[in-house]
Amino acid sequence: MMNLPLLSLVTWTPILGGVWILLAGGERSAPTARAIALVVSVVTFLLSIPLYAGFDTGTHEMQFVEFAPWIEVFNINYHLGIDGFSLPLVLLTSFTTVLVVLSGWEVIQYKTSQYMAAFLIQEGFMIGAFSSLDAILFYVFWEAQLIPMFLIIGIWGGPQRIYATIKFFLYTFLGSVFMLVALLYLYSQAGSFAILDMHHVRLGLTAQILIFVAFLLAFAVKVPMWPVHTWLPDAHVEAPTGGSVILAAIMLKLGGYGFVRFSLPITPDASSALDWFMIALSLVAIVYIGFVAIVQPDMKKLIAYSSVSHMGFVTLGFFIAFSILDSGDVDGAALGIQGGMVQMISHGFISGALFLCVGVMYDRLHSRQIADYGGVVNTMPVFASFMMLFALANSGLPGTSGFVGEFMVILSSFKASFWVAFLAAMTLILGAAYTLWMYKRVVYGEIANDGVRGLSDINRREFVVLASLAVMVLLFGLWPAPLLEVMGPTVDNLLEHISRSKL
Amino acid sequence: MEQSSTAVYLWIVLAPLVGAIVAGLFGRQIGRAGAHWVTIIGVSVSTLLSAIVFKQIVIDSGPVFDGAVYTWGRVGELELVIGFLIDRLSATMMLVVSFVSLMVHVYTIGYMHDDPGYQRFFSYISLFTFSMLMLVMSNNFLQLFFGWEAVGVVSYLLIGFWYTRESAIYANLKAFLVNRVGDFGFLLGVAAVLLYFNTLDYTEVFAAAPLLTGETMNVWFDAEWSVLTVICILLFVGAMGKSAQFPLHVWLPDSMEGPTPISALIHAATMVTAGIFMVARMSPLFEFSETARSVVLVIGAVTAFFMGLLGLVQNDIKRVIAYSTLSQLGYMTVGLGASAYAAAIFHLGTHAFFKALLFLAAGSVIIALHHEQDMRKMGGLRKYMPITWITCLVGSIALIGFPGFSGFYSKDAIIEAVHLSDIPGSGFAYLCVLTGVFITALYSFRLYFMVFHGKERMDEEARAHVHETPAVVTVPLILLAIPSVIIGWFYVGPMLFGDHFGESIFVLPENDVLAELGKSYHGVIGFTLHGFMAWPFLLAMAGVATAWFLYMARPEIPAQIAKRFSLAYEILVRKYGFDEFNEIFFAGGARGIGGLLWRIGDATLIDGIMVNGTARLIGWFSSVIRHVQSGYLFHYAFAMIIGLLVLIGVFVTFAGLS
Repeated sequence: MMNLPLLSLVTWTPILGGVWILLAGGERSAPTARAIALVVSVVTFLLSIPLYAGFDTGTHEMQFVEFAPWIEVFNINYHLGIDGFSLPLVLLTSFTTVLVVLSGWEVIQYKTSQYMAAFLIQEGFMIGAFSSLDAILFYVFWEAQLIPMFLIIGIWGGPQRIYATIKFFLYTFLGSVFMLVALLYLYSQAGSFAILDMHHVRLGLTAQILIFVAFLLAFAVKVPMWPVHTWLPDAHVEAPTGGSVILAAIMLKLGGYGFVRFSLPITPDASSALDWFMIALSLVAIVYIGFVAIVQPDMKKLIAYSSVSHMGFVTLGFFIAFSILDSGDVDGAALGIQGGMVQMISHGFISGALFLCVGVMYDRLHSRQIADYGGVVNTMPVFASFMMLFALANSGLPGTSGFVGEFMVILSSFKASFWVAFLAAMTLILGAAYTLWMYKRVVYGEIANDGVRGLSDINRREFVVLASLAVMVLLFGLWPAPLLEVMGPTVDNLLEHISRSKL
Repeated sequence: MEQSSTAVYLWIVLAPLVGAIVAGLFGRQIGRAGAHWVTIIGVSVSTLLSAIVFKQIVIDSGPVFDGAVYTWGRVGELELVIGFLIDRLSATMMLVVSFVSLMVHVYTIGYMHDDPGYQRFFSYISLFTFSMLMLVMSNNFLQLFFGWEAVGVVSYLLIGFWYTRESAIYANLKAFLVNRVGDFGFLLGVAAVLLYFNTLDYTEVFAAAPLLTGETMNVWFDAEWSVLTVICILLFVGAMGKSAQFPLHVWLPDSMEGPTPISALIHAATMVTAGIFMVARMSPLFEFSETARSVVLVIGAVTAFFMGLLGLVQNDIKRVIAYSTLSQLGYMTVGLGASAYAAAIFHLGTHAFFKALLFLAAGSVIIALHHEQDMRKMGGLRKYMPITWITCLVGSIALIGFPGFSGFYSKDAIIEAVHLSDIPGSGFAYLCVLTGVFITALYSFRLYFMVFHGKERMDEEARAHVHETPAVVTVPLILLAIPSVIIGWFYVGPMLFGDHFGESIFVLPENDVLAELGKSYHGVIGFTLHGFMAWPFLLAMAGVATAWFLYMARPEIPAQIAKRFSLAYEILVRKYGFDEFNEIFFAGGARGIGGLLWRIGDATLIDGIMVNGTARLIGWFSSVIRHVQSGYLFHYAFAMIIGLLVLIGVFVTFAGLS
């Protein structure tokens, strides 16, 4: 069992599965395509479980490492491995993809096989990115996922999909180009594309700052951080439900992952020198975007803005660590970084669930406008209960996973500065305001129109999807210890690493 | 021993949770009776076990339990656990919470009899009981915050229980958001605790508190604040939200949109007292900050007096009781500020009984009149509903603090304690609580006379159907009326002047007003008799007499007063304008800022100028540059020659320089 190349299996099974569907499928074979997609995604998920079961939580070393030469001239290798940062994200990806396949089951009638194939291939690329230990391999996976997502929004999207896809593509692509330049420079310094080698390259402050900025352009767009966030609401609004789920639950996490895998360990001194800037951007995201979310008339846009605001906690948690480290409080800094990581995982569940909730309503009424709803609870009580849970989780209620990350980051930022914590904690009020106000207008109240009157409650398939997310949200809210345990040594090692200057 | 007691405590919290889950998820399968049985059994288990724990810890002076149940998470050396601290304070709270909850469960069978959401309601109130027990039994700040927010959420769900009513879903959102403002401060307080104590465990924090007395922190420019003052004030902001203290009181009156049983359980007896409990629990911190206690004292006094005044002009029976609750919570807060924590908790306990009783009695009247809540359409109910009448009278007498009834002992202790206190603001607070006694008596008996005496103002239809409510309603009334009368006799000695709370409440000797008061305490009879000769008694009697005069003897006078002092009346009816202000300033302000940031920040600046602007710029640039691609060979040749000349020029210049 342990000799199986598990990481390659979870990476390539969905990609090959996707190719299989494309080859086997035509317009007529939608049921076959669905069946294959479900089987492949479930198998991938099952394959990812031994990664957790066999994961050694006592070390920060890379595990399940696979190595094979790829382009030997440039010392580029097929090099995979995971640590405490990658593992939760790999699992999140394989878990979410199963739900996405299920959620598109009867809904997608147009080019079903291509739709399913796109998501499977996307899954493989994302897992590949999270487990690459070679910079070029990472870059290939990183850029490759733009293609399926581009197609998903462009083909199955809403009326404004062309504007949204181009904006999405250009934004993210532009950022990545700078990252490639930075990687090439690091190669020239390290003599290798191995990411772990890059961690140990000694760099001057100017070089570090330039590299940091290059990475920042790539990662900030992905996260997305204010002010390069405006592609997200457009992309979400136009994307089909599954696309929104993958985008919010996983693709955004690549940005956060990039910070802990590249920026922090490779340019610790630049990160430390510019931490005030990153903290400021994070706080703008949390507060400014929180206000913007309140007034959104479109549910998907509201959740998209809420995503930007919640992702602000990720970057805040990562960069607050530096000033806490200066005071010698390693545990306090760990609290921030772990909080940021937990927030990423939790946001994957919650934003995914909320987009699925909107999808459930959209499939029935074909509108995302809050004003077109009202009194949904009267006709869809089971659905309303699920959405209540996810809305509360999005407001950061203790006992749900949404609380854990925010709590840890706020506690950590108080150690750095009262006012940073003060602004970050405003999410308690803003998050509740925009989420529950939307809930009130959409779900509560008298039945607003005949459309709502004709709604039918969720079917068994939708129930399974929402219930599995509900279980996750509650599980990690009540008992985040396993997640923290997986990340612990990796975070400690990162802190150890960044506390030593590279100058 | 350790193992078995953990199991007992776990059952106390889990039994209601199991009931809530079964009734909530399988309500359809188990039916209505199934739902009330499963939840009532769950809460009964809690009540019974709580009584046993109360006996062990409080009566038999058993050892304090402080232990973890499981590790919630671990970051480096910091271990966050879920665990219980069972001492005299939590044991007392557990018994009060589970007992009142049980009464409300039983009462609900009658009150919600015809409601389609029957199972859901039982599920919610059991879930509430679970959350509240988690809150009071916690041994750390994390779990405290969990319980703190969880009771808030259940309250949100219950206020909006009738979710098709616009007023209900407005009120529940408002309640949640105002509570969140409090929680915002509370969370920062918890963060401050972690920063300065490096742990969230109560025992460790309390042990380290005295060492921190000299420590200061910089919050605003160069002003140095005592760390403990900052922590205490931040935590108290949380208490202001949950316990509805001025100016975060605005949600409580609106919360009356929820069904009456929850007004009794949550918005009178338990949840709103969470803040009071929390401050008493944190007495080892508050004792070291006179500034924080002064703030507590003044906020409490303002709430006690000004919220009581509002009760005078309300006509909705539940709202009168709601303002009364606000005012009484103010009394408790004043007690905390004066370092008379035991008196505050004592008042919390007596108030839980008599206020739950008053709410349930009001509910009984409301069902009898088919959901009529306007007191102007009541009157003379005494002869139709004898049990409700008597129990409501008992509750009112207890509320106004008539010597011998439970409210007297607790409220009198608070008033006397403030009198003895000498921290800044205590003079003002004493004045507020003393005049508050008159106000309390006036609004309480205004309600009593308007509902049970005088002309029968309901319509014929309603009058024909009025009759006493069924036993599931009246039995809880009677069971609550008994402690409302007698509980003071038993507990005034041990709670205020004895060692009922033992080590669980910490008071510095120089602040110990209750000990000072205790010097002149010679038993319950003396205390009671002394009550007849004190100012509060005279003021209360004056209030009752005034109510009788205005609403029985000369019922036309109140309208004339309202007309004569129309400005004052208008201010009171508008509740000092808080709702309008919040609606315009905070709700409107947030929407305004959001709209502005969205349209100007995101849409115009970022998207319009930066993103699409870049696209337009590139488009414009290429439209210009396109003309170069003319297709004429001589254009290209010309361009080549010019380019060559420039290159040569540059090359020659630079080569010459070097």
